[in-house]
Amino acid sequence: MSNELLTASVSPHVRTRDTSRSIMLDVIIALIPSLIASVVIFGFRALAVTASAVASCVLFEWLSRKAMKRHNTIGDLSAVVTGIILGFNLPSTMPIWMVVLGSLIAIVVVKQMFGGIGQNFVNPALLARIVLMVSFPKAMLSSWAEPFAWRSETPDALTSATPLAVLKTGEGTMPSLFNMLFVKAGSLGEVCAVALIIGGIYLVIRKVISPIIPLCYVGTVAVIMLVFGLVKGEGNALVFMLNEILAGGLLLGAIFMATDYTTSPTSPSGKVIFAIGCGLITSLIRLFGNMNEGVSFSIIIMNILVPHIDNLTAPLPFGATKEKKSKKGEEEAAK
Amino acid sequence: MAEKKTLRQEFTKGLIAENPVLRLVLGTCPTLATSTSMVNAIGMGISVTIVLLCSNIVISLLRKVIPSKVRIPAYIVVIASFVTIVQLLIKAFIPALDEALGVFLPLIVVNCILLGRAEAFAGKNSVIASAADGLGMGIGFTAAVFCMATIREFFGNGTLFTGADSLLGLFGITSFTGIEIFSRLPESLNIEPILIFILAPGGFFTFGLLMAVANRLAEKKGKKKADLRGCESCPMAAACALKGGCETEIKEEVAAQ
Repeated sequence: MSNELLTASVSPHVRTRDTSRSIMLDVIIALIPSLIASVVIFGFRALAVTASAVASCVLFEWLSRKAMKRHNTIGDLSAVVTGIILGFNLPSTMPIWMVVLGSLIAIVVVKQMFGGIGQNFVNPALLARIVLMVSFPKAMLSSWAEPFAWRSETPDALTSATPLAVLKTGEGTMPSLFNMLFVKAGSLGEVCAVALIIGGIYLVIRKVISPIIPLCYVGTVAVIMLVFGLVKGEGNALVFMLNEILAGGLLLGAIFMATDYTTSPTSPSGKVIFAIGCGLITSLIRLFGNMNEGVSFSIIIMNILVPHIDNLTAPLPFGATKEKKSKKGEEEAAK
Repeated sequence: MAEKKTLRQEFTKGLIAENPVLRLVLGTCPTLATSTSMVNAIGMGISVTIVLLCSNIVISLLRKVIPSKVRIPAYIVVIASFVTIVQLLIKAFIPALDEALGVFLPLIVVNCILLGRAEAFAGKNSVIASAADGLGMGIGFTAAVFCMATIREFFGNGTLFTGADSLLGLFGITSFTGIEIFSRLPESLNIEPILIFILAPGGFFTFGLLMAVANRLAEKKGKKKADLRGCESCPMAAACALKGGCETEIKEEVAAQ
């Protein structure tokens, strides 16, 4: 029996119509432009990857709740969101069984084993992506389908380097800035920057996410890349910076993954610290690391730090004064 | 150690209820490192069991002779002697296993399962009980590592018992070199091994899952919880200089006052 109606929390009591379900529905709506873009660019294979990720995520959510004898939570749509985002993190050429394995890791290992929605310590879809990346480097890191290849006669033969790989190795040609905005090689969700930005603006207008994390995250990367471009002095630093922002999963990560409620700080100042940390780690991995992309690792690392950031930036109740640190230290020393 | 256990209980407690790896969380490092293939796991398990059995017997025999202030060095000398014997034997008869286990074979000397059992059990109990304890703990360790290795090798490498000829060579069998599974599946399925299981993170995943299973099994038996507290069963006990000064002990003392 639920005693939901009998529990009173501390005032002020704010009434809102928001539920997990309505928020997740908004996120799904915001992801639709990118889904359409990926289907246009990669064909129905993109839809197959996303659909199988969503279906298997919902199935695993239902099964694991059933097995753990807990109430069913597939109605809150969070598994659907995890599924779409997981699909968006994979290349269109991914074998379906690997996609299903990714859903298993995301939902069962990362989410349900830690207690379900609101209890996962890192973003489920991102950790699943990293596990898949470590497990299947060939499928995950080197078989990017060329955009619109599905319309040609030999779709499997056409593979392409992602812009990030070009930026890193200097081999291959960089797409023009216009192409970077609309069409480039990469994983499903990251190929159309404009669609991602539209989704992000929708979420901000609907007040589902606060713009602090995406702006600070992208801003940090922009500043570091601009400075690096200027110091290195090769070509146009501004173009280099814009390429770095539009390439890879930065926008997808900043708008849809770093803003996950469970795994991001609650206070505005905490959000700033979190986002700057993400930007810093992403830039360092991209510039000096072995891998082309650092977005997933940076968000996972900062996810783990979130409880500490929350402690550090806990807001004061109205009227309270901050304890002086020196006094506290003395008291402890006296003890 | 309030109530006295029967010999059979001393032996069986190491299998699940007080399994050194999954319940006491001792010897994690060799567990993770040697559970990448089933053959390595069996080799490591048998070596540890032999050393544990022998060192428990000898330490129990010497328990009244060893002064308590220098007991840890004394235990280590006993353990190290047996490890050297086992290592030389393996080098002579199964060189491939020696190569595969590498540094983890000599590192049995500082394995906390051995020191833990010497400190917690063999130093206080009779020879026969210590032998039963050592054998049970050794078999518990072997079983845990073997389970982990089975899962990791199957998913991470797509094989079972790969390299088995190095162990079976002792008995003159060299034709069996393991079972290939994933590579026999039809190519259209596109199935390939899940590499992460062989790597360290996969080891931790498997470790966690098996611990959950062991906890479940131990609780299902309806027995009361194993006494996991106190310095004897603490993984840090061997390295901790402040015996009686660690957090749990202090809390207990405060509670007692």
